[in-house]
Amino acid sequence: MTDRRQFLALTAAGLAAPALAASTDLRLPGGPSRRPLTEAFPGKRGMILQRTAPPLLETPLSVFNAGVFTPNDRFYVRWHWPFPTEIDAGAFRLTVDGHVERPLALSLADLARLPQVEIAAVNQCSGNSRGLFEPRVAGAQWAHGAMGNALWRGVRLKDVLDRAGVRAGAVAVRASGLDAPPVDEAPDFAKSLALDHARDGEVMLATHMNGAPLPLLNGFPLRLVVPGWFSTYWVKMLDRLEVLDKPDDNYWMAKAYLVPDTADGGIAPGTASFPRRPISRMGPRSFITSVAAGARVPLRPDYALGGIAMGGDAGVARVEVSGDGGANWVDARLGLDMGRYSFRRFDAVLQPARGAAVLMARCTSTAGVTQPLTGLWNPGGYMRVQVEPLPVDFV
Amino acid sequence: MRGVLIVAGLLLVAAAPPRIVAISLPAATAMFAELGPGQPSADAINNNCLACHSTEMVLNQPHLTPAEWAGEVTKMRQVYKAPVSDADAAAITAWLVAHDARRRPETPPKSPAKSPG
Ligand code: HEC
Repeated sequence: MTDRRQFLALTAAGLAAPALAASTDLRLPGGPSRRPLTEAFPGKRGMILQRTAPPLLETPLSVFNAGVFTPNDRFYVRWHWPFPTEIDAGAFRLTVDGHVERPLALSLADLARLPQVEIAAVNQCSGNSRGLFEPRVAGAQWAHGAMGNALWRGVRLKDVLDRAGVRAGAVAVRASGLDAPPVDEAPDFAKSLALDHARDGEVMLATHMNGAPLPLLNGFPLRLVVPGWFSTYWVKMLDRLEVLDKPDDNYWMAKAYLVPDTADGGIAPGTASFPRRPISRMGPRSFITSVAAGARVPLRPDYALGGIAMGGDAGVARVEVSGDGGANWVDARLGLDMGRYSFRRFDAVLQPARGAAVLMARCTSTAGVTQPLTGLWNPGGYMRVQVEPLPVDFV
Repeated sequence: MRGVLIVAGLLLVAAAPPRIVAISLPAATAMFAELGPGQPSADAINNNCLACHSTEMVLNQPHLTPAEWAGEVTKMRQVYKAPVSDADAAAITAWLVAHDARRRPETPPKSPAKSPG
Protein backbone atom coordinates (compact mmCIF):
# COMPACT_ATOMS: atom_id res chain seq x y z
CA MET A 1 0.00 0.00 0.00
CA THR A 2 2.77 2.39 0.97
CA ASP A 3 4.60 1.43 -2.18
CA ARG A 4 1.59 2.24 -4.25
CA ARG A 5 1.14 5.60 -2.56
CA GLN A 6 4.79 6.46 -3.01
CA PHE A 7 4.50 5.50 -6.64
CA LEU A 8 1.49 7.74 -7.09
CA ALA A 9 3.21 10.61 -5.30
CA LEU A 10 6.30 10.22 -7.46
CA THR A 11 4.21 10.04 -10.58
CA ALA A 12 2.31 13.15 -9.65
CA ALA A 13 5.44 15.10 -8.81
CA GLY A 14 7.66 13.80 -11.55
CA LEU A 15 5.52 13.27 -14.59
CA ALA A 16 2.10 14.85 -14.46
CA ALA A 17 1.72 18.60 -14.75
CA PRO A 18 -0.61 19.99 -12.03
CA ALA A 19 -3.33 20.65 -14.59
CA LEU A 20 -3.32 16.97 -15.53
CA ALA A 21 -3.58 15.68 -11.94
CA ALA A 22 -6.62 13.47 -11.36
CA SER A 23 -9.81 15.38 -10.71
CA THR A 24 -13.52 14.78 -10.65
CA ASP A 25 -16.60 16.76 -11.70
CA LEU A 26 -19.17 16.88 -8.89
CA ARG A 27 -21.86 18.23 -11.25
CA LEU A 28 -22.77 21.10 -8.93
CA PRO A 29 -25.32 23.34 -10.67
CA GLY A 30 -23.68 26.54 -11.89
CA GLY A 31 -20.24 25.41 -10.64
CA PRO A 32 -17.49 25.57 -9.68
CA SER A 33 -17.70 21.83 -9.89
CA ARG A 34 -14.28 20.31 -10.52
CA ARG A 35 -12.22 19.08 -7.54
CA PRO A 36 -8.81 17.39 -7.38
CA LEU A 37 -8.49 13.83 -6.12
CA THR A 38 -5.86 13.66 -3.41
CA GLU A 39 -3.40 11.10 -2.06
CA ALA A 40 -1.69 13.67 0.18
CA PHE A 41 -3.46 12.96 3.50
CA PRO A 42 -1.90 10.23 5.68
CA GLY A 43 -4.17 7.23 6.08
CA LYS A 44 -6.48 8.36 3.28
CA ARG A 45 -6.44 7.61 -0.42
CA GLY A 46 -8.42 8.61 -3.46
CA MET A 47 -10.33 11.38 -1.69
CA ILE A 48 -12.04 14.39 -3.25
CA LEU A 49 -10.20 17.49 -2.03
CA GLN A 50 -12.74 20.08 -0.92
CA ARG A 51 -10.37 22.06 1.31
CA THR A 52 -6.74 21.53 2.30
CA ALA A 53 -6.88 23.20 5.72
CA PRO A 54 -8.61 22.38 7.91
CA PRO A 55 -9.17 19.31 5.75
CA LEU A 56 -12.49 18.65 4.06
CA LEU A 57 -12.15 15.37 2.17
CA GLU A 58 -15.10 13.80 0.40
CA THR A 59 -15.65 10.11 -0.39
CA PRO A 60 -16.24 9.35 -4.09
CA LEU A 61 -19.67 7.75 -4.56
CA SER A 62 -18.13 4.68 -6.23
CA VAL A 63 -16.58 3.69 -2.87
CA PHE A 64 -20.06 2.97 -1.52
CA ASN A 65 -20.57 0.41 -4.25
CA ALA A 66 -17.87 -1.85 -2.82
CA GLY A 67 -19.62 -2.63 0.46
CA VAL A 68 -21.93 -1.22 3.11
CA PHE A 69 -19.02 -0.40 5.43
CA THR A 70 -16.90 2.53 4.27
CA PRO A 71 -13.19 1.67 4.63
CA ASN A 72 -11.31 3.89 7.08
CA ASP A 73 -8.93 5.07 4.36
CA ARG A 74 -11.86 6.25 2.23
CA PHE A 75 -14.00 7.70 5.05
CA TYR A 76 -14.75 11.42 4.65
CA VAL A 77 -13.03 14.04 6.78
CA ARG A 78 -14.49 17.25 8.13
CA TRP A 79 -12.97 19.76 10.59
CA HIS A 80 -14.00 23.33 11.44
CA TRP A 81 -10.82 24.45 13.22
CA PRO A 82 -7.18 23.32 13.27
CA PHE A 83 -6.49 20.23 15.45
CA PRO A 84 -3.38 18.52 16.85
CA THR A 85 -1.57 16.27 14.41
CA GLU A 86 0.14 14.34 17.19
CA ILE A 87 -1.70 12.58 20.01
CA ASP A 88 -0.07 10.82 22.96
CA ALA A 89 -2.63 8.12 23.67
CA GLY A 90 -0.99 7.34 27.02
CA ALA A 91 -1.29 10.91 28.27
CA PHE A 92 -4.76 11.48 26.83
CA ARG A 93 -7.56 12.13 29.35
CA LEU A 94 -11.28 12.60 28.91
CA THR A 95 -12.50 15.14 31.45
CA VAL A 96 -16.05 14.69 32.72
CA ASP A 97 -17.18 17.63 34.82
CA GLY A 98 -19.88 20.24 35.35
CA HIS A 99 -23.07 19.25 37.15
CA VAL A 100 -21.75 15.88 38.44
CA GLU A 101 -21.00 14.30 41.81
CA ARG A 102 -17.47 13.18 40.94
CA PRO A 103 -15.52 14.96 38.17
CA LEU A 104 -13.43 12.41 36.26
CA ALA A 105 -10.28 12.37 34.16
CA LEU A 106 -10.44 9.06 32.30
CA SER A 107 -7.52 7.53 30.43
CA LEU A 108 -8.04 5.30 27.41
CA ALA A 109 -7.16 2.38 29.69
CA ASP A 110 -9.95 3.44 32.06
CA LEU A 111 -12.38 3.48 29.13
CA ALA A 112 -11.17 0.06 27.96
CA ARG A 113 -12.23 -1.37 31.35
CA LEU A 114 -15.85 -0.28 30.88
CA PRO A 115 -18.26 -2.60 29.01
CA GLN A 116 -17.44 -2.48 25.27
CA VAL A 117 -20.26 -2.10 22.78
CA GLU A 118 -20.44 -2.07 18.98
CA ILE A 119 -22.90 -0.49 16.59
CA ALA A 120 -23.05 -0.06 12.83
CA ALA A 121 -24.08 3.51 12.08
CA VAL A 122 -24.01 6.02 9.27
CA ASN A 123 -22.13 9.23 9.99
CA GLN A 124 -23.46 11.95 7.69
CA CYS A 125 -22.53 15.62 7.64
CA SER A 126 -25.49 17.98 8.15
CA GLY A 127 -24.49 19.68 4.92
CA ASN A 128 -24.00 16.53 2.85
CA SER A 129 -25.06 17.31 -0.76
CA ARG A 130 -25.18 21.08 -0.04
CA GLY A 131 -23.48 21.79 -3.38
CA LEU A 132 -26.57 20.42 -5.12
CA PHE A 133 -29.02 22.81 -3.49
CA GLU A 134 -30.84 25.16 -5.86
CA PRO A 135 -30.72 28.06 -5.29
CA ARG A 136 -27.11 27.43 -4.24
CA VAL A 137 -26.05 28.32 -0.70
CA ALA A 138 -22.63 29.15 0.77
CA GLY A 139 -20.75 26.66 2.98
CA ALA A 140 -18.74 23.52 2.27
CA GLN A 141 -19.75 22.57 -1.27
CA TRP A 142 -20.19 18.83 -0.82
CA ALA A 143 -21.72 16.45 -3.31
CA HIS A 144 -23.09 13.21 -1.76
CA GLY A 145 -19.86 11.90 -0.24
CA ALA A 146 -19.84 13.65 3.15
CA MET A 147 -21.10 10.43 4.70
CA GLY A 148 -19.86 6.98 5.62
CA ASN A 149 -20.92 3.88 7.48
CA ALA A 150 -18.72 2.14 10.05
CA LEU A 151 -18.82 -0.43 12.79
CA TRP A 152 -18.09 1.72 15.85
CA ARG A 153 -16.69 0.21 19.04
CA GLY A 154 -16.32 1.86 22.42
CA VAL A 155 -18.25 2.54 25.59
CA ARG A 156 -21.73 3.83 26.29
CA LEU A 157 -21.91 7.52 27.16
CA LYS A 158 -24.44 6.45 29.81
CA ASP A 159 -21.84 4.29 31.58
CA VAL A 160 -19.36 7.17 31.68
CA LEU A 161 -21.99 9.60 32.99
CA ASP A 162 -23.06 7.08 35.64
CA ARG A 163 -19.48 6.85 36.90
CA ALA A 164 -19.39 10.63 37.29
CA GLY A 165 -22.87 10.70 38.85
CA VAL A 166 -25.14 13.22 37.14
CA ARG A 167 -26.64 15.60 39.69
CA ALA A 168 -30.32 16.47 39.94
CA GLY A 169 -31.21 19.43 37.76
CA ALA A 170 -28.87 18.51 34.91
CA VAL A 171 -30.42 19.04 31.46
CA ALA A 172 -27.72 18.51 28.82
CA VAL A 173 -24.24 17.15 28.14
CA ARG A 174 -21.83 19.29 26.15
CA ALA A 175 -19.04 17.60 24.20
CA SER A 176 -15.90 19.29 22.91
CA GLY A 177 -12.65 18.12 21.40
CA LEU A 178 -9.00 19.04 20.91
CA ASP A 179 -9.63 21.16 17.80
CA ALA A 180 -9.28 24.88 18.57
CA PRO A 181 -9.66 28.21 16.78
CA PRO A 182 -6.36 29.93 15.95
CA VAL A 183 -7.82 33.28 17.10
CA ASP A 184 -8.75 34.20 20.69
CA GLU A 185 -12.47 34.67 21.33
CA ALA A 186 -13.51 32.77 18.22
CA PRO A 187 -16.14 30.16 19.16
CA ASP A 188 -14.54 26.82 20.12
CA PHE A 189 -16.47 23.90 18.62
CA ALA A 190 -18.83 22.20 21.08
CA LYS A 191 -22.17 20.41 20.74
CA SER A 192 -24.64 19.19 23.29
CA LEU A 193 -27.27 16.53 23.66
CA ALA A 194 -30.27 16.59 25.97
CA LEU A 195 -29.54 14.51 29.08
CA ASP A 196 -32.13 11.83 28.25
CA HIS A 197 -30.64 11.39 24.79
CA ALA A 198 -27.11 11.25 26.20
CA ARG A 199 -28.24 8.50 28.59
CA ASP A 200 -30.26 6.44 26.09
CA GLY A 201 -27.65 3.66 26.03
CA GLU A 202 -27.10 4.06 22.27
CA VAL A 203 -24.97 7.19 22.23
CA MET A 204 -21.39 6.04 22.66
CA LEU A 205 -17.77 7.13 22.85
CA ALA A 206 -15.95 5.27 20.11
CA THR A 207 -12.27 4.35 20.16
CA HIS A 208 -12.46 2.02 17.16
CA MET A 209 -13.92 2.15 13.71
CA ASN A 210 -14.22 -0.92 11.48
CA GLY A 211 -11.96 -2.90 13.83
CA ALA A 212 -9.08 -0.42 13.97
CA PRO A 213 -8.34 2.59 16.16
CA LEU A 214 -9.97 5.74 14.76
CA PRO A 215 -7.76 7.41 12.14
CA LEU A 216 -6.42 10.69 13.51
CA LEU A 217 -8.30 12.50 10.74
CA ASN A 218 -11.55 10.92 11.96
CA GLY A 219 -11.01 11.92 15.58
CA PHE A 220 -8.41 9.67 17.25
CA PRO A 221 -8.43 8.71 20.04
CA LEU A 222 -12.12 9.17 20.90
CA ARG A 223 -15.25 10.46 19.26
CA LEU A 224 -18.91 10.68 20.09
CA VAL A 225 -21.21 8.41 18.09
CA VAL A 226 -24.84 9.54 17.97
CA PRO A 227 -26.71 6.92 15.92
CA GLY A 228 -29.42 8.34 13.68
CA TRP A 229 -28.30 11.96 14.20
CA PHE A 230 -26.22 14.16 11.91
CA SER A 231 -22.46 14.14 12.32
CA THR A 232 -22.25 17.63 13.79
CA TYR A 233 -22.94 15.94 17.15
CA TRP A 234 -20.30 13.22 16.67
CA VAL A 235 -17.56 15.36 18.27
CA LYS A 236 -14.05 14.24 17.27
CA MET A 237 -10.91 14.07 19.47
CA LEU A 238 -13.41 14.26 22.31
CA ASP A 239 -11.59 15.36 25.50
CA ARG A 240 -14.34 17.00 27.53
CA LEU A 241 -17.88 16.19 28.59
CA GLU A 242 -19.53 18.91 30.61
CA VAL A 243 -22.86 18.23 32.27
CA LEU A 244 -24.97 21.40 32.09
CA ASP A 245 -27.79 22.52 34.38
CA LYS A 246 -29.16 24.89 31.73
CA PRO A 247 -29.56 24.68 27.96
CA ASP A 248 -26.37 25.18 25.94
CA ASP A 249 -26.19 28.66 24.41
CA ASN A 250 -22.78 28.25 22.75
CA TYR A 251 -22.49 29.50 19.15
CA TRP A 252 -22.46 26.03 17.56
CA MET A 253 -25.75 25.09 19.26
CA ALA A 254 -27.58 28.43 19.38
CA LYS A 255 -26.54 30.09 16.10
CA ALA A 256 -25.04 27.50 13.74
CA TYR A 257 -26.46 24.19 12.51
CA LEU A 258 -30.04 25.45 12.81
CA VAL A 259 -32.80 24.39 10.42
CA PRO A 260 -36.23 25.96 9.83
CA ASP A 261 -38.63 24.73 12.50
CA THR A 262 -40.92 23.11 9.91
CA ALA A 263 -41.93 19.45 9.54
CA ASP A 264 -39.20 18.63 6.99
CA GLY A 265 -36.70 21.39 7.82
CA GLY A 266 -37.40 23.13 4.50
CA ILE A 267 -38.57 26.65 3.73
CA ALA A 268 -39.28 28.68 0.57
CA PRO A 269 -36.13 30.41 -0.76
CA GLY A 270 -36.13 34.08 0.11
CA THR A 271 -38.27 33.75 3.26
CA ALA A 272 -37.09 36.63 5.41
CA SER A 273 -37.39 35.31 8.94
CA PHE A 274 -38.66 32.10 10.45
CA PRO A 275 -38.32 30.09 13.67
CA ARG A 276 -35.36 27.71 13.71
CA ARG A 277 -34.30 24.69 15.73
CA PRO A 278 -31.02 22.79 16.12
CA ILE A 279 -30.59 20.13 13.44
CA SER A 280 -31.06 16.62 14.84
CA ARG A 281 -32.30 13.35 13.28
CA MET A 282 -31.50 12.13 9.79
CA GLY A 283 -34.09 11.04 7.25
CA PRO A 284 -34.02 8.18 4.73
CA ARG A 285 -31.76 8.45 1.68
CA SER A 286 -30.65 6.17 -1.13
CA PHE A 287 -27.97 6.36 -3.80
CA ILE A 288 -27.42 4.33 -6.93
CA THR A 289 -23.69 3.60 -6.78
CA SER A 290 -23.19 0.97 -9.50
CA VAL A 291 -23.08 3.57 -12.28
CA ALA A 292 -21.88 7.18 -12.42
CA ALA A 293 -24.07 10.12 -13.46
CA GLY A 294 -23.68 10.83 -17.15
CA ALA A 295 -22.36 7.34 -17.95
CA ARG A 296 -22.86 5.74 -21.37
CA VAL A 297 -24.15 2.25 -20.62
CA PRO A 298 -24.15 -0.55 -23.22
CA LEU A 299 -27.81 -1.52 -23.72
CA ARG A 300 -28.70 -4.97 -22.42
CA PRO A 301 -32.17 -6.49 -22.01
CA ASP A 302 -31.63 -6.93 -18.28
CA TYR A 303 -29.75 -4.05 -16.70
CA ALA A 304 -28.57 -4.69 -13.12
CA LEU A 305 -28.09 -1.69 -10.87
CA GLY A 306 -27.55 -1.28 -7.16
CA GLY A 307 -26.57 1.03 -4.38
CA ILE A 308 -26.91 1.84 -0.72
CA ALA A 309 -29.79 3.11 1.37
CA MET A 310 -30.13 4.39 4.90
CA GLY A 311 -33.24 4.84 6.99
CA GLY A 312 -31.80 7.79 8.93
CA ASP A 313 -33.10 7.46 12.48
CA ALA A 314 -34.72 4.11 11.60
CA GLY A 315 -34.01 1.03 9.51
CA VAL A 316 -34.45 0.52 5.78
CA ALA A 317 -37.84 -1.10 5.10
CA ARG A 318 -38.01 -0.79 1.34
CA VAL A 319 -36.12 0.53 -1.67
CA GLU A 320 -37.76 1.03 -5.06
CA VAL A 321 -35.98 1.91 -8.27
CA SER A 322 -37.14 3.61 -11.44
CA GLY A 323 -35.58 3.65 -14.88
CA ASP A 324 -37.86 6.30 -16.31
CA GLY A 325 -37.50 9.32 -14.06
CA GLY A 326 -40.04 8.19 -11.49
CA ALA A 327 -42.98 7.21 -13.70
CA ASN A 328 -42.70 3.49 -12.84
CA TRP A 329 -41.10 1.87 -9.82
CA VAL A 330 -40.04 -1.68 -8.99
CA ASP A 331 -38.98 -3.06 -5.64
CA ALA A 332 -35.26 -3.62 -5.18
CA ARG A 333 -33.88 -6.66 -3.36
CA LEU A 334 -32.42 -5.64 0.00
CA GLY A 335 -29.03 -6.89 1.19
CA LEU A 336 -28.06 -8.05 4.66
CA ASP A 337 -29.45 -5.99 7.55
CA MET A 338 -26.47 -4.78 9.61
CA GLY A 339 -28.65 -2.83 12.03
CA ARG A 340 -31.14 0.00 11.79
CA TYR A 341 -28.55 2.78 11.62
CA SER A 342 -26.37 1.12 8.97
CA PHE A 343 -26.27 1.47 5.21
CA ARG A 344 -28.11 -1.35 3.51
CA ARG A 345 -27.33 -2.64 0.03
CA PHE A 346 -30.05 -2.78 -2.62
CA ASP A 347 -30.02 -4.38 -6.06
CA ALA A 348 -32.53 -4.45 -8.90
CA VAL A 349 -32.86 -5.30 -12.57
CA LEU A 350 -34.45 -2.93 -15.10
CA GLN A 351 -35.39 -3.34 -18.76
CA PRO A 352 -34.24 -0.04 -20.26
CA ALA A 353 -34.77 1.27 -23.78
CA ARG A 354 -32.07 2.80 -25.96
CA GLY A 355 -31.37 6.48 -25.32
CA ALA A 356 -31.28 8.91 -22.41
CA ALA A 357 -32.80 7.70 -19.15
CA VAL A 358 -33.08 8.96 -15.60
CA LEU A 359 -32.46 6.32 -12.93
CA MET A 360 -33.83 6.81 -9.42
CA ALA A 361 -33.91 5.02 -6.09
CA ARG A 362 -36.37 5.72 -3.31
CA CYS A 363 -36.05 4.49 0.28
CA THR A 364 -38.80 4.02 2.84
CA SER A 365 -37.64 3.73 6.43
CA THR A 366 -39.01 1.33 9.03
CA ALA A 367 -40.56 4.45 10.60
CA GLY A 368 -42.70 4.69 7.45
CA VAL A 369 -40.96 7.77 6.01
CA THR A 370 -40.44 7.77 2.23
CA GLN A 371 -37.97 10.01 0.39
CA PRO A 372 -39.87 12.80 -1.39
CA LEU A 373 -39.50 13.29 -5.14
CA THR A 374 -38.98 17.02 -4.84
CA GLY A 375 -36.32 18.68 -2.75
CA LEU A 376 -36.63 20.85 0.30
CA TRP A 377 -34.57 24.03 0.54
CA ASN A 378 -33.15 25.90 3.50
CA PRO A 379 -30.48 28.61 3.80
CA GLY A 380 -28.00 26.29 5.53
CA GLY A 381 -28.09 23.63 2.83
CA TYR A 382 -28.96 21.02 5.45
CA MET A 383 -30.98 17.78 5.63
CA ARG A 384 -31.23 16.95 1.95
CA VAL A 385 -33.36 13.78 1.58
CA GLN A 386 -34.96 13.96 -1.85
CA VAL A 387 -34.77 11.22 -4.47
CA GLU A 388 -31.57 11.83 -6.48
CA PRO A 389 -32.07 11.54 -10.26
CA LEU A 390 -29.13 9.89 -12.03
CA PRO A 391 -29.00 10.58 -15.78
CA VAL A 392 -27.41 7.90 -17.98
CA ASP A 393 -27.38 7.11 -21.67
CA PHE A 394 -28.20 3.56 -22.83
CA VAL A 395 -26.28 3.05 -26.07
CA MET B 1 -8.56 -24.13 14.83
CA ARG B 2 -5.03 -22.85 15.35
CA GLY B 3 -5.42 -20.69 12.24
CA VAL B 4 -8.50 -19.03 13.70
CA LEU B 5 -6.73 -18.26 16.98
CA ILE B 6 -3.75 -16.73 15.22
CA VAL B 7 -6.01 -14.53 13.16
CA ALA B 8 -7.77 -13.36 16.31
CA GLY B 9 -4.42 -12.63 17.95
CA LEU B 10 -3.28 -10.56 15.00
CA LEU B 11 -6.50 -8.59 15.05
CA LEU B 12 -6.02 -7.77 18.73
CA VAL B 13 -2.49 -6.57 18.12
CA ALA B 14 -3.61 -4.52 15.15
CA ALA B 15 -6.46 -3.01 17.17
CA ALA B 16 -4.31 -1.85 20.12
CA PRO B 17 -3.67 1.87 19.65
CA PRO B 18 -0.04 2.90 19.34
CA ARG B 19 0.98 5.28 22.13
CA ILE B 20 1.90 8.20 19.91
CA VAL B 21 -0.09 8.80 16.77
CA ALA B 22 1.30 11.51 14.53
CA ILE B 23 0.59 12.52 10.97
CA SER B 24 1.87 15.31 8.81
CA LEU B 25 -0.66 17.19 6.76
CA PRO B 26 0.04 18.71 3.35
CA ALA B 27 1.03 22.35 3.63
CA ALA B 28 -1.65 24.81 2.57
CA THR B 29 0.59 27.19 0.64
CA ALA B 30 -1.76 28.33 -2.13
CA MET B 31 -2.50 32.05 -2.29
CA PHE B 32 -5.30 34.01 -3.92
CA ALA B 33 -4.29 35.17 -7.40
CA GLU B 34 -3.90 38.70 -8.69
CA LEU B 35 -6.73 39.38 -11.14
CA GLY B 36 -4.66 41.61 -13.42
CA PRO B 37 -4.16 45.30 -14.24
CA GLY B 38 -6.98 47.59 -13.15
CA GLN B 39 -8.46 44.88 -10.90
CA PRO B 40 -8.58 44.89 -7.07
CA SER B 41 -5.34 43.67 -5.48
CA ALA B 42 -5.20 40.28 -3.75
CA ASP B 43 -2.94 41.62 -0.98
CA ALA B 44 -5.71 42.19 1.55
CA ILE B 45 -7.35 38.80 1.08
CA ASN B 46 -3.97 37.06 1.22
CA ASN B 47 -3.01 38.91 4.40
CA ASN B 48 -6.32 38.38 6.20
CA CYS B 49 -8.11 35.31 4.97
CA LEU B 50 -5.67 32.41 5.24
CA ALA B 51 -5.22 32.10 9.01
CA CYS B 52 -8.16 29.77 9.59
CA HIS B 53 -8.76 28.05 6.27
CA SER B 54 -7.06 27.56 2.91
CA THR B 55 -8.13 29.26 -0.33
CA GLU B 56 -10.62 26.55 -1.39
CA MET B 57 -13.09 27.65 1.32
CA VAL B 58 -13.53 30.80 -0.78
CA LEU B 59 -12.79 29.52 -4.28
CA ASN B 60 -15.27 26.63 -4.17
CA GLN B 61 -18.22 28.85 -3.27
CA PRO B 62 -20.98 29.29 -5.86
CA HIS B 63 -21.81 32.69 -7.27
CA LEU B 64 -22.73 35.15 -4.52
CA THR B 65 -23.99 38.71 -4.92
CA PRO B 66 -21.71 41.60 -3.85
CA ALA B 67 -23.88 42.04 -0.73
CA GLU B 68 -23.46 38.37 0.11
CA TRP B 69 -19.68 38.55 -0.30
CA ALA B 70 -19.64 41.60 1.96
CA GLY B 71 -21.78 39.60 4.39
CA GLU B 72 -19.22 36.77 4.40
CA VAL B 73 -16.43 39.20 5.28
CA THR B 74 -18.58 40.68 8.05
CA LYS B 75 -19.38 37.21 9.36
CA MET B 76 -15.69 36.28 9.46
CA ARG B 77 -14.96 39.40 11.49
CA GLN B 78 -17.94 39.32 13.83
CA VAL B 79 -18.59 35.62 14.36
CA TYR B 80 -15.16 34.05 13.88
CA LYS B 81 -13.23 37.10 15.15
CA ALA B 82 -10.99 37.49 12.10
CA PRO B 83 -8.87 40.57 12.86
CA VAL B 84 -9.53 42.65 9.73
CA SER B 85 -9.41 46.45 9.47
CA ASP B 86 -12.27 48.32 7.80
CA ALA B 87 -10.01 49.30 4.92
CA ASP B 88 -8.91 45.71 4.36
CA ALA B 89 -12.52 44.48 4.60
CA ALA B 90 -13.46 46.77 1.71
CA ALA B 91 -10.44 45.65 -0.33
CA ILE B 92 -11.23 41.97 0.34
CA THR B 93 -14.84 42.38 -0.73
CA ALA B 94 -13.70 44.14 -3.88
CA TRP B 95 -11.42 41.23 -4.77
CA LEU B 96 -14.15 38.67 -4.00
CA VAL B 97 -16.71 40.44 -6.17
CA ALA B 98 -14.27 40.98 -9.05
CA HIS B 99 -13.10 37.36 -8.89
CA ASP B 100 -16.67 36.06 -8.86
CA ALA B 101 -17.69 38.27 -11.80
CA ARG B 102 -14.68 37.10 -13.77
CA ARG B 103 -14.93 33.36 -13.24
CA ARG B 104 -18.51 32.79 -14.24
CA PRO B 105 -20.74 33.66 -17.11
CA GLU B 106 -23.05 30.90 -15.76
CA THR B 107 -26.56 31.46 -14.38
CA PRO B 108 -26.45 33.38 -11.09
CA PRO B 109 -28.71 31.59 -8.55
CA LYS B 110 -29.91 33.52 -5.49
CA SER B 111 -28.13 32.58 -2.34
CA PRO B 112 -28.81 34.32 0.96
CA ALA B 113 -26.98 31.90 3.20
CA LYS B 114 -23.73 30.81 4.74
CA SER B 115 -23.41 27.77 6.88
CA PRO B 116 -20.96 25.33 8.36
CA GLY B 117 -21.73 21.65 8.01
C1 HEC C 1 -10.61 33.56 12.60
C2 HEC C 1 -10.78 32.50 11.65
C3 HEC C 1 -11.20 32.87 10.24
C4 HEC C 1 -10.65 33.81 9.41
C5 HEC C 1 -9.44 34.70 9.65
C6 HEC C 1 -11.44 33.77 8.21
N1 HEC C 1 -12.40 32.81 8.29
FE1 HEC C 1 -13.69 32.29 6.82
N2 HEC C 1 -14.44 30.81 8.01
C7 HEC C 1 -14.04 30.54 9.30
C8 HEC C 1 -14.79 29.43 9.79
C9 HEC C 1 -14.66 28.80 11.18
C10 HEC C 1 -15.66 29.02 8.76
C11 HEC C 1 -16.62 27.82 8.77
C12 HEC C 1 -15.68 26.68 8.49
C13 HEC C 1 -16.26 25.36 8.17
O1 HEC C 1 -17.48 25.24 7.92
O2 HEC C 1 -15.45 24.41 8.13
C14 HEC C 1 -15.40 29.91 7.64
C15 HEC C 1 -16.05 29.82 6.42
C16 HEC C 1 -15.87 30.68 5.36
C17 HEC C 1 -16.62 30.64 4.12
C18 HEC C 1 -17.70 29.62 3.75
C19 HEC C 1 -19.09 30.14 4.02
C20 HEC C 1 -19.40 30.24 5.49
O3 HEC C 1 -19.81 31.35 5.89
O4 HEC C 1 -19.24 29.27 6.24
C21 HEC C 1 -16.15 31.66 3.35
C22 HEC C 1 -16.63 32.05 1.96
C23 HEC C 1 -15.12 32.33 4.11
N3 HEC C 1 -14.95 31.70 5.32
C24 HEC C 1 -14.42 33.44 3.67
C25 HEC C 1 -13.44 34.10 4.41
C26 HEC C 1 -12.82 35.34 3.98
C27 HEC C 1 -13.11 36.06 2.70
C28 HEC C 1 -11.93 35.66 4.96
C29 HEC C 1 -11.08 36.91 5.06
C30 HEC C 1 -11.84 38.10 5.40
C31 HEC C 1 -12.00 34.66 6.00
N4 HEC C 1 -12.95 33.73 5.63
C32 HEC C 1 -11.23 34.64 7.14
C33 HEC C 1 -13.07 31.20 10.00
C34 HEC C 1 -12.29 32.24 9.52
